[in-house]
Amino acid sequence: MTTRTDAAAKADQRRRRVPYLLLAPGMLWLLLFYVIPMFGLAITSLQEGSLEQGYTFTGNIGSYVSVFTTYLPQLRNSLMFALGATVIGLLVGYPLAYAIAFYTSRWKSLFLLMILVPFLVPFLLRTLAWRVILADQGVVVSALKTVGLLGENGRLLSTGWAILAGLVYNYLAFMTLPIYVSLDKIEPSLLEAANDLYATPWTAFRKVTLPMSMPGIISGTLLTFIPAAGDYVNVELLGNRNWTMMGNVIQSKFLVIIDYPAAAAISFTLMAIIVTVVVIYVRRVGTEELLT
Amino acid sequence: MRARVFYRTLLGLGIAYLFVPVLVVVAFSFNDFKGRRNVSWEGFTLRHWADPFKLPGLSEAVLNSLTIAFLSALISTIVGTLIALALVRYRFRGRATTNLLLFLPMASPEVVMGSALLTLFVATHVGRGYVTVLLAHILFNLSYAVVTVRARIVGFDRHLEEAAMDLYANEWETFRRVTFPMIMPGVLAAFMLAFALSFDDFVITNFNSGSMQTFPIFVYGATKRGVPPQVNVLGTMIFGVMVIAMGIFLFIQNRRQKARD
Repeated sequence: MTTRTDAAAKADQRRRRVPYLLLAPGMLWLLLFYVIPMFGLAITSLQEGSLEQGYTFTGNIGSYVSVFTTYLPQLRNSLMFALGATVIGLLVGYPLAYAIAFYTSRWKSLFLLMILVPFLVPFLLRTLAWRVILADQGVVVSALKTVGLLGENGRLLSTGWAILAGLVYNYLAFMTLPIYVSLDKIEPSLLEAANDLYATPWTAFRKVTLPMSMPGIISGTLLTFIPAAGDYVNVELLGNRNWTMMGNVIQSKFLVIIDYPAAAAISFTLMAIIVTVVVIYVRRVGTEELLT
Repeated sequence: MRARVFYRTLLGLGIAYLFVPVLVVVAFSFNDFKGRRNVSWEGFTLRHWADPFKLPGLSEAVLNSLTIAFLSALISTIVGTLIALALVRYRFRGRATTNLLLFLPMASPEVVMGSALLTLFVATHVGRGYVTVLLAHILFNLSYAVVTVRARIVGFDRHLEEAAMDLYANEWETFRRVTFPMIMPGVLAAFMLAFALSFDDFVITNFNSGSMQTFPIFVYGATKRGVPPQVNVLGTMIFGVMVIAMGIFLFIQNRRQKARD
Protein backbone atom coordinates (compact mmCIF):
# COMPACT_ATOMS: atom_id res chain seq x y z
CA MET A 1 0.00 0.00 0.00
CA THR A 2 2.68 2.45 1.02
CA THR A 3 4.69 1.85 -2.15
CA ARG A 4 1.63 2.68 -4.25
CA THR A 5 1.02 6.01 -2.57
CA ASP A 6 4.73 6.73 -2.72
CA ALA A 7 4.73 6.15 -6.44
CA ALA A 8 1.61 8.27 -6.84
CA ALA A 9 3.15 11.07 -4.80
CA LYS A 10 6.28 10.91 -6.92
CA ALA A 11 4.27 11.04 -10.14
CA ASP A 12 2.34 13.97 -8.73
CA GLN A 13 5.53 15.78 -7.88
CA ARG A 14 6.85 15.15 -11.36
CA ARG A 15 3.68 16.54 -12.88
CA ARG A 16 4.00 19.66 -10.80
CA ARG A 17 7.51 20.18 -12.12
CA VAL A 18 6.52 19.89 -15.77
CA PRO A 19 5.33 23.49 -16.31
CA TYR A 20 8.54 24.87 -14.83
CA LEU A 21 10.64 22.67 -17.10
CA LEU A 22 8.64 23.87 -20.10
CA LEU A 23 9.12 27.50 -19.04
CA ALA A 24 12.79 27.30 -18.09
CA PRO A 25 14.55 27.91 -21.43
CA GLY A 26 12.33 30.84 -22.41
CA MET A 27 12.37 32.48 -19.02
CA LEU A 28 16.15 32.13 -18.83
CA TRP A 29 16.37 33.86 -22.21
CA LEU A 30 14.11 36.72 -21.11
CA LEU A 31 16.08 37.09 -17.88
CA LEU A 32 19.47 37.13 -19.60
CA PHE A 33 18.60 39.28 -22.58
CA TYR A 34 15.74 41.45 -21.37
CA VAL A 35 15.69 41.89 -17.59
CA ILE A 36 19.45 42.06 -17.02
CA PRO A 37 20.07 44.45 -19.96
CA MET A 38 17.33 46.76 -18.64
CA PHE A 39 19.12 46.89 -15.28
CA GLY A 40 22.35 47.37 -17.20
CA LEU A 41 20.80 50.34 -18.95
CA ALA A 42 19.80 51.84 -15.61
CA ILE A 43 23.29 51.33 -14.16
CA THR A 44 25.01 52.71 -17.25
CA SER A 45 22.86 55.84 -17.08
CA LEU A 46 24.28 56.58 -13.61
CA GLN A 47 27.90 56.23 -14.69
CA GLU A 48 30.47 58.91 -15.41
CA GLY A 49 33.56 58.99 -17.58
CA SER A 50 34.59 58.92 -21.22
CA LEU A 51 35.17 56.32 -23.87
CA GLU A 52 38.97 56.61 -23.51
CA GLN A 53 39.14 56.45 -19.72
CA GLY A 54 36.27 54.06 -19.27
CA TYR A 55 33.08 54.52 -17.32
CA THR A 56 32.66 54.08 -13.60
CA PHE A 57 29.49 53.92 -11.56
CA THR A 58 29.17 57.06 -9.42
CA GLY A 59 25.42 57.35 -9.05
CA ASN A 60 25.66 60.58 -11.02
CA ILE A 61 22.24 61.77 -12.13
CA GLY A 62 23.68 64.45 -14.39
CA SER A 63 22.69 62.49 -17.47
CA TYR A 64 19.06 62.61 -16.39
CA VAL A 65 19.22 66.33 -15.71
CA SER A 66 20.47 66.91 -19.24
CA VAL A 67 17.63 64.81 -20.68
CA PHE A 68 15.19 67.42 -19.44
CA THR A 69 17.36 70.45 -20.11
CA THR A 70 19.01 69.66 -23.43
CA TYR A 71 16.67 67.18 -25.06
CA LEU A 72 13.27 68.63 -24.23
CA PRO A 73 12.50 69.44 -27.92
CA GLN A 74 13.26 65.83 -28.94
CA LEU A 75 11.09 64.56 -26.12
CA ARG A 76 8.28 66.84 -27.25
CA ASN A 77 8.70 65.71 -30.88
CA SER A 78 8.57 62.03 -29.91
CA LEU A 79 5.35 62.42 -27.97
CA MET A 80 3.79 64.76 -30.54
CA PHE A 81 4.50 62.55 -33.54
CA ALA A 82 3.51 59.39 -31.69
CA LEU A 83 0.23 60.99 -30.62
CA GLY A 84 -0.40 62.38 -34.11
CA ALA A 85 0.29 59.04 -35.77
CA THR A 86 -1.99 57.29 -33.26
CA VAL A 87 -4.91 59.70 -33.76
CA ILE A 88 -4.65 59.72 -37.56
CA GLY A 89 -4.12 55.96 -37.55
CA LEU A 90 -7.31 55.52 -35.54
CA LEU A 91 -9.28 57.82 -37.85
CA VAL A 92 -8.10 55.86 -40.89
CA GLY A 93 -7.89 52.38 -39.35
CA TYR A 94 -11.27 52.26 -37.62
CA PRO A 95 -13.39 52.86 -40.74
CA LEU A 96 -11.19 50.40 -42.64
CA ALA A 97 -11.67 47.71 -39.99
CA TYR A 98 -15.38 48.52 -39.88
CA ALA A 99 -15.72 48.18 -43.63
CA ILE A 100 -13.96 44.81 -43.63
CA ALA A 101 -15.93 43.48 -40.67
CA PHE A 102 -19.39 44.48 -41.93
CA TYR A 103 -19.21 45.10 -45.68
CA THR A 104 -17.13 42.31 -47.19
CA SER A 105 -18.98 39.04 -47.04
CA ARG A 106 -17.02 36.52 -49.08
CA TRP A 107 -13.62 38.09 -49.45
CA LYS A 108 -12.98 38.89 -45.81
CA SER A 109 -9.67 37.05 -45.48
CA LEU A 110 -8.42 38.48 -48.76
CA PHE A 111 -9.07 42.04 -47.55
CA LEU A 112 -7.45 41.25 -44.22
CA LEU A 113 -4.32 40.07 -46.03
CA MET A 114 -4.38 43.28 -48.06
CA ILE A 115 -4.11 45.27 -44.83
CA LEU A 116 -0.80 43.45 -44.39
CA VAL A 117 0.47 44.37 -47.85
CA PRO A 118 2.89 47.05 -46.60
CA PHE A 119 4.66 44.36 -44.56
CA LEU A 120 5.40 42.36 -47.69
CA VAL A 121 8.03 44.92 -48.59
CA PRO A 122 10.98 45.62 -46.27
CA PHE A 123 10.42 48.42 -43.73
CA LEU A 124 13.21 50.68 -45.01
CA LEU A 125 12.16 50.28 -48.63
CA ARG A 126 8.52 51.14 -48.01
CA THR A 127 9.61 54.16 -46.00
CA LEU A 128 11.95 55.22 -48.81
CA ALA A 129 9.05 54.90 -51.24
CA TRP A 130 7.42 57.83 -49.45
CA ARG A 131 10.39 59.95 -50.53
CA VAL A 132 9.34 59.34 -54.12
CA ILE A 133 5.63 59.89 -53.43
CA LEU A 134 6.16 63.15 -51.53
CA ALA A 135 9.00 64.43 -53.75
CA ASP A 136 9.04 68.12 -54.69
CA GLN A 137 8.20 67.37 -58.34
CA GLY A 138 5.78 64.59 -57.42
CA VAL A 139 2.06 64.26 -58.00
CA VAL A 140 1.03 64.86 -54.40
CA VAL A 141 2.92 68.13 -54.03
CA SER A 142 1.67 69.54 -57.34
CA ALA A 143 -1.90 68.51 -56.55
CA LEU A 144 -1.73 70.26 -53.17
CA LYS A 145 -0.29 73.34 -54.89
CA THR A 146 -3.14 73.42 -57.42
CA VAL A 147 -5.72 73.19 -54.65
CA GLY A 148 -3.88 75.92 -52.81
CA LEU A 149 -3.09 73.94 -49.68
CA LEU A 150 0.60 74.32 -50.37
CA GLY A 151 2.37 77.58 -51.32
CA GLU A 152 4.41 78.16 -54.47
CA ASN A 153 7.65 77.01 -52.82
CA GLY A 154 5.94 74.65 -50.42
CA ARG A 155 7.21 71.11 -50.02
CA LEU A 156 6.30 68.00 -48.08
CA LEU A 157 9.57 66.09 -47.97
CA SER A 158 11.78 67.07 -45.02
CA THR A 159 8.78 68.41 -43.12
CA GLY A 160 6.87 67.11 -40.13
CA TRP A 161 4.04 66.07 -42.47
CA ALA A 162 6.28 63.60 -44.28
CA ILE A 163 7.35 62.06 -40.95
CA LEU A 164 3.72 61.78 -39.92
CA ALA A 165 2.80 60.20 -43.26
CA GLY A 166 5.56 57.60 -42.86
CA LEU A 167 4.63 56.78 -39.27
CA VAL A 168 0.91 56.42 -40.01
CA TYR A 169 1.61 54.21 -43.00
CA ASN A 170 4.14 51.97 -41.27
CA TYR A 171 1.94 51.22 -38.27
CA LEU A 172 -1.56 51.24 -39.81
CA ALA A 173 -1.92 47.46 -39.79
CA PHE A 174 -1.18 47.36 -36.05
CA MET A 175 -4.16 49.69 -35.59
CA THR A 176 -6.55 48.09 -38.06
CA LEU A 177 -6.20 44.40 -37.24
CA PRO A 178 -6.97 44.47 -33.48
CA ILE A 179 -9.97 46.73 -34.13
CA TYR A 180 -11.17 44.35 -36.82
CA VAL A 181 -10.87 41.39 -34.43
CA SER A 182 -13.09 43.06 -31.81
CA LEU A 183 -15.62 44.30 -34.40
CA ASP A 184 -15.84 40.85 -35.93
CA LYS A 185 -16.90 39.37 -32.57
CA ILE A 186 -20.04 41.55 -32.39
CA GLU A 187 -23.20 39.51 -32.94
CA PRO A 188 -25.29 41.04 -35.76
CA SER A 189 -28.38 40.27 -33.63
CA LEU A 190 -27.22 42.87 -31.10
CA LEU A 191 -27.33 45.58 -33.75
CA GLU A 192 -30.69 44.28 -34.98
CA ALA A 193 -31.97 44.48 -31.43
CA ALA A 194 -30.82 48.10 -31.19
CA ASN A 195 -32.57 48.77 -34.48
CA ASP A 196 -35.78 47.11 -33.27
CA LEU A 197 -35.71 49.34 -30.21
CA TYR A 198 -35.73 52.38 -32.50
CA ALA A 199 -32.10 53.34 -32.03
CA THR A 200 -30.82 55.46 -34.90
CA PRO A 201 -27.75 53.98 -36.65
CA TRP A 202 -25.64 56.57 -34.87
CA THR A 203 -27.03 55.68 -31.43
CA ALA A 204 -26.58 51.98 -32.17
CA PHE A 205 -22.96 52.67 -33.09
CA ARG A 206 -22.36 54.78 -30.00
CA LYS A 207 -24.08 52.42 -27.55
CA VAL A 208 -23.24 49.01 -29.00
CA THR A 209 -20.50 48.93 -31.62
CA LEU A 210 -18.09 51.43 -30.14
CA PRO A 211 -18.05 50.06 -26.57
CA MET A 212 -17.69 46.52 -27.87
CA SER A 213 -14.74 47.47 -30.07
CA MET A 214 -12.95 49.23 -27.19
CA PRO A 215 -10.48 46.36 -26.52
CA GLY A 216 -9.42 46.55 -30.16
CA ILE A 217 -9.05 50.32 -30.01
CA ILE A 218 -6.88 50.05 -26.91
CA SER A 219 -4.55 47.42 -28.37
CA GLY A 220 -4.44 49.22 -31.71
CA THR A 221 -3.57 52.61 -30.25
CA LEU A 222 -0.90 51.09 -27.99
CA LEU A 223 0.61 49.06 -30.82
CA THR A 224 0.89 52.31 -32.80
CA PHE A 225 1.91 54.71 -30.05
CA ILE A 226 4.73 52.61 -28.56
CA PRO A 227 6.76 51.94 -31.72
CA ALA A 228 6.04 55.43 -33.08
CA ALA A 229 7.37 57.07 -29.90
CA GLY A 230 10.63 55.15 -30.24
CA ASP A 231 11.00 55.55 -33.99
CA TYR A 232 13.96 57.28 -35.56
CA VAL A 233 14.00 55.87 -39.08
CA ASN A 234 11.07 57.90 -40.42
CA VAL A 235 12.66 61.14 -39.21
CA GLU A 236 15.96 60.20 -40.75
CA LEU A 237 14.59 59.19 -44.14
CA LEU A 238 11.67 61.60 -44.51
CA GLY A 239 12.22 64.50 -42.12
CA ASN A 240 14.99 66.90 -41.26
CA ARG A 241 17.17 67.86 -38.31
CA ASN A 242 14.55 70.17 -36.80
CA TRP A 243 12.24 67.26 -36.09
CA THR A 244 14.60 64.75 -34.47
CA MET A 245 13.01 62.50 -31.89
CA MET A 246 14.27 60.70 -28.76
CA GLY A 247 15.13 57.68 -30.90
CA ASN A 248 17.50 59.77 -33.03
CA VAL A 249 19.36 61.01 -29.97
CA ILE A 250 19.65 57.50 -28.54
CA GLN A 251 20.92 56.15 -31.84
CA SER A 252 23.53 58.85 -32.36
CA LYS A 253 24.74 58.88 -28.73
CA PHE A 254 25.13 55.09 -28.69
CA LEU A 255 26.47 54.46 -32.18
CA VAL A 256 28.01 57.69 -33.47
CA ILE A 257 29.14 59.92 -30.61
CA ILE A 258 29.51 57.01 -28.17
CA ASP A 259 28.47 58.64 -24.91
CA TYR A 260 27.00 55.63 -23.14
CA PRO A 261 25.75 57.21 -19.87
CA ALA A 262 23.89 60.01 -21.66
CA ALA A 263 22.45 57.59 -24.22
CA ALA A 264 21.37 55.14 -21.54
CA ALA A 265 19.69 57.91 -19.54
CA ILE A 266 17.68 59.02 -22.58
CA SER A 267 16.77 55.44 -23.43
CA PHE A 268 15.66 54.72 -19.87
CA THR A 269 13.65 57.94 -19.72
CA LEU A 270 11.87 57.07 -22.97
CA MET A 271 10.98 53.65 -21.57
CA ALA A 272 9.75 55.17 -18.29
CA ILE A 273 7.61 57.74 -20.09
CA ILE A 274 6.07 55.11 -22.33
CA VAL A 275 5.32 52.79 -19.42
CA THR A 276 3.72 55.70 -17.52
CA VAL A 277 1.62 56.77 -20.49
CA VAL A 278 0.51 53.19 -21.14
CA VAL A 279 -0.40 52.51 -17.51
CA ILE A 280 -2.40 55.75 -17.14
CA TYR A 281 -4.12 55.16 -20.47
CA VAL A 282 -5.06 51.57 -19.73
CA ARG A 283 -6.35 52.53 -16.24
CA ARG A 284 -8.38 55.35 -17.73
CA VAL A 285 -10.03 53.35 -20.48
CA GLY A 286 -10.03 50.31 -18.28
CA THR A 287 -9.18 46.88 -19.53
CA GLU A 288 -7.31 44.03 -17.97
CA GLU A 289 -7.41 41.79 -20.99
CA LEU A 290 -4.09 43.11 -22.18
CA LEU A 291 -1.94 41.42 -19.59
CA THR A 292 -3.46 37.98 -19.70
CA MET B 1 -27.53 50.58 -49.70
CA ARG B 2 -25.85 53.98 -49.52
CA ALA B 3 -23.80 52.83 -46.56
CA ARG B 4 -22.72 49.82 -48.57
CA VAL B 5 -21.45 51.96 -51.45
CA PHE B 6 -19.78 54.33 -49.01
CA TYR B 7 -17.87 51.61 -47.16
CA ARG B 8 -16.91 49.77 -50.32
CA THR B 9 -15.47 53.01 -51.74
CA LEU B 10 -13.67 53.68 -48.50
CA LEU B 11 -12.19 50.21 -48.52
CA GLY B 12 -11.05 50.67 -52.10
CA LEU B 13 -9.34 53.95 -51.25
CA GLY B 14 -7.73 52.41 -48.16
CA ILE B 15 -6.35 49.46 -50.06
CA ALA B 16 -5.06 51.77 -52.81
CA TYR B 17 -3.28 53.86 -50.16
CA LEU B 18 -1.64 50.73 -48.74
CA PHE B 19 -0.55 49.56 -52.19
CA VAL B 20 0.95 52.78 -53.59
CA PRO B 21 4.34 52.66 -51.78
CA VAL B 22 4.65 48.95 -52.58
CA LEU B 23 4.04 49.66 -56.26
CA VAL B 24 6.63 52.44 -56.12
CA VAL B 25 9.23 49.96 -54.82
CA VAL B 26 8.38 47.49 -57.59
CA ALA B 27 8.21 50.12 -60.35
CA PHE B 28 11.57 51.66 -59.48
CA SER B 29 13.31 48.32 -59.92
CA PHE B 30 12.52 48.84 -63.62
CA ASN B 31 13.44 52.53 -63.75
CA ASP B 32 15.94 53.48 -66.45
CA PHE B 33 17.48 56.36 -64.50
CA LYS B 34 20.56 58.23 -65.66
CA GLY B 35 21.61 60.28 -62.65
CA ARG B 36 22.84 59.13 -59.26
CA ARG B 37 19.51 58.96 -57.47
CA ASN B 38 16.69 56.62 -58.37
CA VAL B 39 13.86 58.95 -57.37
CA SER B 40 11.99 60.02 -60.50
CA TRP B 41 10.61 57.90 -63.33
CA GLU B 42 12.72 58.05 -66.50
CA GLY B 43 11.71 55.00 -68.51
CA PHE B 44 11.48 51.22 -68.47
CA THR B 45 14.47 48.88 -68.38
CA LEU B 46 15.24 45.33 -67.31
CA ARG B 47 18.95 45.96 -66.83
CA HIS B 48 18.85 46.07 -63.00
CA TRP B 49 17.31 42.61 -63.04
CA ALA B 50 20.19 41.16 -65.07
CA ASP B 51 22.41 40.50 -62.07
CA PRO B 52 21.01 41.94 -58.87
CA PHE B 53 23.56 40.23 -56.65
CA LYS B 54 26.57 41.70 -58.42
CA LEU B 55 26.50 44.69 -56.07
CA PRO B 56 29.39 44.26 -53.61
CA GLY B 57 28.22 43.13 -50.19
CA LEU B 58 24.58 42.66 -51.11
CA SER B 59 24.54 38.88 -51.43
CA GLU B 60 26.44 38.38 -48.15
CA ALA B 61 23.98 40.73 -46.43
CA VAL B 62 20.98 38.84 -47.80
CA LEU B 63 22.52 35.50 -46.84
CA ASN B 64 23.12 36.73 -43.27
CA SER B 65 19.53 37.94 -43.06
CA LEU B 66 18.17 34.62 -44.31
CA THR B 67 20.20 32.43 -41.96
CA ILE B 68 19.57 34.66 -38.94
CA ALA B 69 15.86 34.73 -39.73
CA PHE B 70 15.75 30.94 -40.09
CA LEU B 71 17.71 30.16 -36.92
CA SER B 72 16.00 32.75 -34.74
CA ALA B 73 12.56 31.69 -35.98
CA LEU B 74 13.36 28.02 -35.36
CA ILE B 75 14.69 28.52 -31.83
CA SER B 76 12.08 31.06 -30.74
CA THR B 77 9.26 28.88 -32.08
CA ILE B 78 10.46 25.79 -30.19
CA VAL B 79 11.07 27.67 -26.94
CA GLY B 80 7.85 29.67 -27.40
CA THR B 81 5.75 26.54 -27.99
CA LEU B 82 7.00 25.07 -24.70
CA ILE B 83 6.00 28.25 -22.87
CA ALA B 84 2.61 28.32 -24.57
CA LEU B 85 1.95 24.69 -23.56
CA ALA B 86 2.89 25.45 -19.95
CA LEU B 87 0.63 28.53 -19.86
CA VAL B 88 -2.45 26.87 -21.29
CA ARG B 89 -2.15 23.38 -19.87
CA TYR B 90 -0.87 23.83 -16.34
CA ARG B 91 -1.82 25.78 -13.24
CA PHE B 92 1.33 26.92 -11.49
CA ARG B 93 2.65 29.68 -9.29
CA GLY B 94 4.35 32.57 -11.04
CA ARG B 95 1.89 32.61 -13.91
CA ALA B 96 1.24 36.36 -13.70
CA THR B 97 4.97 37.09 -13.61
CA THR B 98 5.49 34.89 -16.67
CA ASN B 99 2.77 36.74 -18.57
CA LEU B 100 4.22 40.10 -17.59
CA LEU B 101 7.73 39.06 -18.61
CA LEU B 102 6.39 37.97 -22.00
CA PHE B 103 4.40 41.18 -22.45
CA LEU B 104 7.26 43.58 -21.64
CA PRO B 105 9.40 43.00 -24.76
CA MET B 106 6.34 43.61 -26.92
CA ALA B 107 5.66 46.88 -25.07
CA SER B 108 9.24 48.15 -25.26
CA PRO B 109 10.25 50.36 -28.17
CA GLU B 110 12.92 48.76 -30.32
CA VAL B 111 15.48 51.50 -29.61
CA VAL B 112 15.24 50.79 -25.91
CA MET B 113 15.63 47.02 -26.29
CA GLY B 114 18.39 47.42 -28.83
CA SER B 115 20.33 49.87 -26.69
CA ALA B 116 19.83 47.81 -23.51
CA LEU B 117 21.32 44.79 -25.25
CA LEU B 118 24.17 46.95 -26.51
CA THR B 119 25.05 48.01 -22.95
CA LEU B 120 25.03 44.33 -21.93
CA PHE B 121 27.41 43.34 -24.72
CA VAL B 122 29.68 46.32 -24.07
CA ALA B 123 29.80 45.63 -20.31
CA THR B 124 30.59 41.95 -20.81
CA HIS B 125 33.10 42.64 -23.61
CA VAL B 126 31.22 40.50 -26.09
CA GLY B 127 32.14 41.49 -29.64
CA ARG B 128 29.11 42.49 -31.68
CA GLY B 129 28.32 40.56 -34.84
CA TYR B 130 26.36 37.58 -36.16
CA VAL B 131 25.89 35.85 -32.79
CA THR B 132 24.76 38.93 -30.85
CA VAL B 133 22.21 39.74 -33.57
CA LEU B 134 20.93 36.15 -33.46
CA LEU B 135 20.56 36.31 -29.65
CA ALA B 136 18.65 39.60 -29.94
CA HIS B 137 16.34 38.31 -32.68
CA ILE B 138 15.43 35.20 -30.67
CA LEU B 139 14.54 37.53 -27.80
CA PHE B 140 12.14 39.76 -29.70
CA ASN B 141 10.60 36.85 -31.60
CA LEU B 142 9.90 34.84 -28.47
CA SER B 143 6.87 36.77 -27.17
CA TYR B 144 5.23 36.81 -30.61
CA ALA B 145 5.80 33.06 -30.96
CA VAL B 146 4.17 32.40 -27.56
CA VAL B 147 1.14 34.57 -28.37
CA THR B 148 0.65 32.91 -31.77
CA VAL B 149 0.95 29.31 -30.56
CA ARG B 150 -1.12 29.98 -27.43
CA ALA B 151 -4.02 31.26 -29.53
CA ARG B 152 -4.08 27.88 -31.27
CA ILE B 153 -3.81 25.75 -28.13
CA VAL B 154 -6.59 27.65 -26.34
CA GLY B 155 -8.97 26.88 -29.18
CA PHE B 156 -8.59 23.12 -29.22
CA ASP B 157 -10.53 20.32 -27.59
CA ARG B 158 -8.91 18.87 -24.52
CA HIS B 159 -11.10 15.76 -24.74
CA LEU B 160 -9.10 14.41 -27.66
CA GLU B 161 -6.04 14.16 -25.46
CA GLU B 162 -8.02 12.58 -22.67
CA ALA B 163 -9.40 10.04 -25.14
CA ALA B 164 -5.86 9.15 -26.20
CA MET B 165 -4.84 8.69 -22.56
CA ASP B 166 -7.90 6.50 -21.98
CA LEU B 167 -6.70 4.36 -24.85
CA TYR B 168 -3.44 3.79 -22.94
CA ALA B 169 -1.25 6.21 -24.84
CA ASN B 170 1.43 7.61 -22.51
CA GLU B 171 2.07 11.34 -22.22
CA TRP B 172 4.75 11.43 -24.88
CA GLU B 173 2.71 9.42 -27.35
CA THR B 174 -0.32 11.62 -26.71
CA PHE B 175 1.77 14.68 -27.41
CA ARG B 176 3.32 13.27 -30.57
CA ARG B 177 0.16 11.80 -32.08
CA VAL B 178 -2.59 14.14 -30.86
CA THR B 179 -1.38 17.41 -29.39
CA PHE B 180 1.39 18.25 -31.83
CA PRO B 181 -0.55 17.64 -35.06
CA MET B 182 -3.39 19.76 -33.65
CA ILE B 183 -1.20 22.74 -32.73
CA MET B 184 0.99 22.42 -35.84
CA PRO B 185 -0.77 25.22 -37.78
CA GLY B 186 -0.11 27.58 -34.85
CA VAL B 187 3.52 26.50 -34.65
CA LEU B 188 3.94 27.03 -38.37
CA ALA B 189 2.29 30.45 -38.21
CA ALA B 190 4.61 31.40 -35.34
CA PHE B 191 7.64 30.31 -37.34
CA MET B 192 6.59 32.32 -40.37
CA LEU B 193 5.81 35.42 -38.32
CA ALA B 194 9.14 35.17 -36.50
CA PHE B 195 11.00 34.67 -39.78
CA ALA B 196 9.39 37.77 -41.28
CA LEU B 197 9.99 39.89 -38.17
CA SER B 198 13.63 38.87 -38.03
CA PHE B 199 14.30 39.32 -41.75
CA ASP B 200 12.87 42.84 -41.68
CA ASP B 201 14.35 44.04 -38.40
CA PHE B 202 16.51 47.11 -38.65
CA VAL B 203 16.60 48.94 -35.32
CA ILE B 204 17.66 46.21 -32.88
CA THR B 205 20.06 44.80 -35.46
CA ASN B 206 21.62 48.21 -36.02
CA PHE B 207 22.54 48.44 -32.33
CA ASN B 208 24.05 44.96 -32.12
CA SER B 209 25.52 44.06 -35.49
CA GLY B 210 28.96 45.68 -35.25
CA SER B 211 30.35 45.52 -38.77
CA MET B 212 28.22 42.56 -39.84
CA GLN B 213 25.67 43.44 -42.51
CA THR B 214 22.11 42.21 -42.92
CA PHE B 215 19.83 43.24 -45.76
CA PRO B 216 18.15 46.09 -43.82
CA ILE B 217 21.55 47.34 -42.62
CA PHE B 218 22.79 47.28 -46.20
CA VAL B 219 19.78 49.30 -47.39
CA TYR B 220 20.25 51.79 -44.56
CA GLY B 221 23.90 52.30 -45.48
CA ALA B 222 22.89 52.78 -49.10
CA THR B 223 20.39 55.56 -48.30
CA LYS B 224 23.33 57.83 -47.50
CA ARG B 225 24.65 57.56 -51.07
CA GLY B 226 21.45 56.91 -52.99
CA VAL B 227 19.76 53.54 -53.02
CA PRO B 228 21.01 51.30 -55.84
CA PRO B 229 18.18 49.88 -58.01
CA GLN B 230 19.31 46.34 -57.20
CA VAL B 231 17.88 46.91 -53.73
CA ASN B 232 14.49 47.54 -55.34
CA VAL B 233 14.93 44.38 -57.39
CA LEU B 234 15.45 42.44 -54.18
CA GLY B 235 12.52 44.17 -52.51
CA THR B 236 10.37 43.16 -55.47
CA MET B 237 11.58 39.55 -55.23
CA ILE B 238 10.73 39.50 -51.51
CA PHE B 239 7.31 40.93 -52.32
CA GLY B 240 6.79 38.20 -54.94
CA VAL B 241 7.77 35.41 -52.57
CA MET B 242 5.48 36.78 -49.84
CA VAL B 243 2.54 37.09 -52.24
CA ILE B 244 3.00 33.48 -53.32
CA ALA B 245 3.24 32.34 -49.68
CA MET B 246 0.03 34.23 -48.90
CA GLY B 247 -1.67 32.74 -51.95
CA ILE B 248 -0.82 29.23 -50.74
CA PHE B 249 -2.08 30.14 -47.26
CA LEU B 250 -5.39 31.44 -48.65
CA PHE B 251 -5.77 28.38 -50.88
CA ILE B 252 -5.25 25.94 -48.00
CA GLN B 253 -7.58 27.89 -45.74
CA ASN B 254 -10.24 27.98 -48.43
CA ARG B 255 -10.02 24.23 -48.99
CA ARG B 256 -10.26 23.55 -45.25
CA GLN B 257 -13.32 25.77 -45.07
CA LYS B 258 -14.92 23.85 -47.91
CA ALA B 259 -14.07 20.49 -46.32
CA ARG B 260 -15.73 21.64 -43.10
CA ASP B 261 -18.93 22.89 -44.80
